[in-house]
Amino acid sequence: MARFALRRLLSMVFVMFACSVLVFLIFNVIPNGDPAVRMAGKVPTETQIEAIRAEWGFDDPIWVQYWTTMEKVFTGDLVSYFTQSNVVEEIANRAPRTFALAIGAAVIWMLFGVAFGLFSAVKAGKFADRGLTVLALIGISMPVFWIGALMNYYLGFKAGLFPNGGYVPFTESPIQWLWHLILPWTALSILFIGFYSRVLRSDVLDTMNEDFVRTARAKGLSERQVLVRHVLRNSLIPITTLWGLDFGFVLGGGAILTESVFNLQGVGQYAADAIGQLDQPPIMAVTLFAAFFIVFVNAIVDVVYAGLDPRIRLQ
Amino acid sequence: MSAAPLLRVEDLAVSFRTEEGVVRAVDGVSLELSRGEVLAIVGESGSGKSVTAMSLMGLTRSANTQLSGRAFLEETELIGASDDELRRVRGAEIAMIFQDPMTSLDPVYRVGAQIVEQIQAHLPVPDREARERATRLLERVGIPRAGERFDSYPHEFSGGMRQRVMIAMALSCGPSVLIADEPTTALDVTIEAQILDRIKQLRDEAGAGVILVTHDLGVVADIADRVAVMYAGRIVEQGTVEELFYDPLHPYTWGLLGSIARVDRDRPARLPSIAGMPPSMHDKPAGCHFRPRCPHEFARCGEAPALEARGSGEAHHLDRCWLTADEKRRRREVGGQIGLAAKGAAS
Repeated sequence: MARFALRRLLSMVFVMFACSVLVFLIFNVIPNGDPAVRMAGKVPTETQIEAIRAEWGFDDPIWVQYWTTMEKVFTGDLVSYFTQSNVVEEIANRAPRTFALAIGAAVIWMLFGVAFGLFSAVKAGKFADRGLTVLALIGISMPVFWIGALMNYYLGFKAGLFPNGGYVPFTESPIQWLWHLILPWTALSILFIGFYSRVLRSDVLDTMNEDFVRTARAKGLSERQVLVRHVLRNSLIPITTLWGLDFGFVLGGGAILTESVFNLQGVGQYAADAIGQLDQPPIMAVTLFAAFFIVFVNAIVDVVYAGLDPRIRLQ
Repeated sequence: MSAAPLLRVEDLAVSFRTEEGVVRAVDGVSLELSRGEVLAIVGESGSGKSVTAMSLMGLTRSANTQLSGRAFLEETELIGASDDELRRVRGAEIAMIFQDPMTSLDPVYRVGAQIVEQIQAHLPVPDREARERATRLLERVGIPRAGERFDSYPHEFSGGMRQRVMIAMALSCGPSVLIADEPTTALDVTIEAQILDRIKQLRDEAGAGVILVTHDLGVVADIADRVAVMYAGRIVEQGTVEELFYDPLHPYTWGLLGSIARVDRDRPARLPSIAGMPPSMHDKPAGCHFRPRCPHEFARCGEAPALEARGSGEAHHLDRCWLTADEKRRRREVGGQIGLAAKGAAS
């Protein structure tokens, strides 16, 4: 276990380093990316630009710039080029919103994905299965920005059943918190539910053909016991890996569209805004934040995985 | 044989709907099994022997399967039983051991827990008692340090050990019928002997009836009391093990016996085999199904022979071949041994 943790820690450092270098380099080669020009205002003089370059260190060699940026991320001194706000503070303020969205949605899509997938597999080939298949395909095909906007317009704006976007901290009002999150959770989950139910359905159908399922029937277990204890239990193993990847992604601010459509002001939306302004410091910080969560959640999932499947050893 | 058999199968037929049409895998099989008796069902792959065995357990039930006939386990009829009635019988009254021990145990549960699961599916015993019972079963099938091994996972066991676990599981509720579907095919020969000993022990100690599905005539000679030979979904010959080995009446049986490698004879340059292939299940030949491969085929073989005693000895020695008893005894000798002449070479 200690070796596993150490190994994962090293790989986390490596992944975060690689991602940050890559993103940093990309920002230095894209056209119109020179922050000094953009910061200098509408009609800048060459001297003004030079002054900004010198002040912010844009004329330093690129690795020096990278180093200072990274140093500031970890000391908490990094500020946005355009709003001058402290990036680390911004992320710390926005992270709870992203976490609330991610954790809630991940639980919802896993539960519904498993329930629909299992039901579909049990009814394989029958009307209910075909119906769910069509629904799943519709769910997979609907873009979040579209379904989210529709929900916001009809359920929020027109019907007034839900708030029209925004976020209320849990500590302020748990009910309002929940009320503001129901639509974002639903919009984000729809895609994943469709996808997960398809994956689970095929896993369940594969597992049903296993010899040990025949053994379970021969033992005199009820069909329900066979299905839950033996079929579902084994079918959960592959889908857990998938869930780890997706959950880590959303937790790290990957649900940019959902956050933006519902104006949750989470980390993903912060990243989207920063990208729009080509604002390098927030993007660097969000990249590290996302890489951290993706690697971290996957390490957790590996531990869960070893618990689900005794044949797997952590190393 | 006692008056009332333990298990009586009457005219069992199993058909599967497939994309290429309906396949009649088992076509009118009738069997009887008494207490303390081992009945072997032998035949090539695809002869319907495993389907017969699994159908008795209800394991072939599905939307695409048609079952007909009847099977009485003492008073209980199995083929038409509801799923719930069947559930109470299987694992408790009839237990089954499968061919591949490597895949027959659930990889995610401890072996002991899998035995306990079966015990508690049928008997209202508390966890502690079920655990003790399972541990004793593991000891009984020869698992050393059974108390510790109770908490091992299947992947920590060898194939032979897993098959013992399967046997322990099958025995857990004291079944009166044990169905063993090629229980030793996946195992090496030393382990095979040990597993067969366990099965014999069960028969002797508990007085259970055993149906042994196999294609290994060596195993049959070792353990069986009676034998049913299946070909293309039908029983073609049925009798005691002595009758089958020393007085076989059906040409297919001759072919099977002729293709055994024997250590007590000179080794032939080439091991004899039955020419041709078993018929496609979609397109079985009319009349005797063995006709296209049989060197002794004649006009009457176009008509299907019934499985009956054909005047050649004991009344319970049945076969499906039109040849007269004398012809059978004469024609089965090939080079001084029982065997099947090459097709076309026979008189």
